[in-house]
Amino acid sequence: MSSWFKRDKENLKSSQKREVPEGVWAKCPGCETVLYSRKLERNFLVCPECGHHNRLPIGGYVDLLSDEKTFKELFGELKSLDPLGFKDSKKYSDRISAAMKKTERNEAVVTGEAALHGHPVVLAIMDFQFLGGSVGSVVGEKIARAVDYAVENKRALIIISSSGGMRMQEGILSLMQMAKTSARLTRLAKAGLPFISLMTDPTTGGTTASFSMLGDLNIAEPGALIGFAGPRVIKQTIGQDLPEGFQRSEFLKDTGFLDQVVPRLEVKQRIAEFLSWMTGRPTVLAEEAKVEGE
Amino acid sequence: MKDFVLHFEKPIVELENKILEMRELAKSGDVDISEEIQQLEQKAVKLREEVFSNLDRWQRVQLARHPKRPYTLDYIEQMTDWFQEIHGDRNFRDDPSIVAGLGQIDGRDVAIIGHQKGRSTRENLHRNFGMPHPEGYRKALRVMKLAEKFNRPVLTLIDTNGAYPGLGAEERGQAEAIARNLFEMSQLTVPVVSVVIGEGGSGGALALGIADRLLMLEYAWYSVITPEGCASILYRDATLAYKAAEAMRLTANDLLELGVVDEILPEPFGGAHRDWKTTADTVRTAISKQFKQLEKLKPETLINRRIDKYGKIGVFEEA
Ligand SMILES: [Zn+2]
Repeated sequence: MSSWFKRDKENLKSSQKREVPEGVWAKCPGCETVLYSRKLERNFLVCPECGHHNRLPIGGYVDLLSDEKTFKELFGELKSLDPLGFKDSKKYSDRISAAMKKTERNEAVVTGEAALHGHPVVLAIMDFQFLGGSVGSVVGEKIARAVDYAVENKRALIIISSSGGMRMQEGILSLMQMAKTSARLTRLAKAGLPFISLMTDPTTGGTTASFSMLGDLNIAEPGALIGFAGPRVIKQTIGQDLPEGFQRSEFLKDTGFLDQVVPRLEVKQRIAEFLSWMTGRPTVLAEEAKVEGE
Repeated sequence: MKDFVLHFEKPIVELENKILEMRELAKSGDVDISEEIQQLEQKAVKLREEVFSNLDRWQRVQLARHPKRPYTLDYIEQMTDWFQEIHGDRNFRDDPSIVAGLGQIDGRDVAIIGHQKGRSTRENLHRNFGMPHPEGYRKALRVMKLAEKFNRPVLTLIDTNGAYPGLGAEERGQAEAIARNLFEMSQLTVPVVSVVIGEGGSGGALALGIADRLLMLEYAWYSVITPEGCASILYRDATLAYKAAEAMRLTANDLLELGVVDEILPEPFGGAHRDWKTTADTVRTAISKQFKQLEKLKPETLINRRIDKYGKIGVFEEA
């Protein structure tokens, strides 16, 4: 069993209760085929029958994208505070503690350096499990620092987004993280370093309206919900049902806002090829046995 | 609309109307009531002080939305020596919910861009209630780049509930348009001053608001989402907006404390809608002062400071 699956098994279970039942067998929400859980997991939660992409936890993306034993987490010590003393039905500080406990992580993004088929990269992987992947001061700061780290160490930046937008409980401070991250990305661009943005299900709100849409290349997994306003808000505004496939990856490609829709199992190779084109550095294929060899 | 009065303004307005009536009466009548009038005037001042020194956040939001409050075009009329609006994003259409143009303020050539609401229903339909589509943001960016080319500073006036959440807006890349503006405004080589004149709703406001200096009128609000939006998501009830307004800390004072706003611009007694000219004079004086300071900086310094200014915003713990 891969380490991310062990580590994130609990999250996976709780998040995909409706989709993947607990235990050895799992039913695909795409084609309703009953699958052996380990087979699904070896496939990075992509259904081998119909290609449905289940949401993959952070650890899964680390394994998917980084060459074996090259990932080193950075800025993991940053933790959220409750600057506004915000309380709705629960205190914000309690929500943070609960999310930390549930995910066993400090925040909604993990940042780190890695090699991707030999390319030196900085990865920022968002976690929808952690308060809906919402962006507050810590997520903004970690992404800003990831940009700085990439500039200082001449690495490419890869951001894997999955987020419902800005974190309301931090009010204006969270909105300003859109400004902070977007402004900082200008320095990466000025340094001539690559930024590839990979959007996964879902990427909406201020996340899409800032760093997620600012890649030199913007790519997405198949069938991911990507947009500015959430479908419910739009439906409410216009008072009618949304067309089939609206705000899905394929729609965004067709309307001109995504460069490609790339299946999860092909994305590492594709990113490596892009990076080779951008930097002139050859792609060094790591042994692909990782998935098989347990 | 002409007589629109907010609930908490009502006793003040009633008293003021009464004073007006008595003045008329004094003009025509033979009885001397000047003393009574004076007393009422004193009472009105006291009442205004009472009401306006104790405004809660939700009342401030209502002032920011007051339909008689000056909008972008009103400021432009009051502040500029010369102004020509220019239209269109050169791609799709002209978005009337954002006004952009070339102008002159205090003898200084500037580009002016702002959200524009309407006052009547008809106007509001035309202006889409000040909620832009992507082409509005792209028009704004086009005019900013024009200003950059001719080395003219940029003034933006922020006054929106948010970017429009509709089919066309999504199809034409609302998210991309906003993101692009954040990115490009961060590296404009000319000074940018933004003033929140009314509502600062979410990314739709921020898309005109990456600035060297952010100023905010006393009764304006600015946050990550509207109080109604926050209430419907977190409290599952949009009518609890007053609670959300309190929790989100969205007033000018809040933002000054949080290190987001550089300066609060005081409004005339009772709010900007009571005296457009005075309000516009305050804004004009403040922005001219800011431009004067910013013009001394080299583009590279200006840009680095702008990026670092946003880099400092946020509160967190580092073990
Ligand atoms: Zn399937």
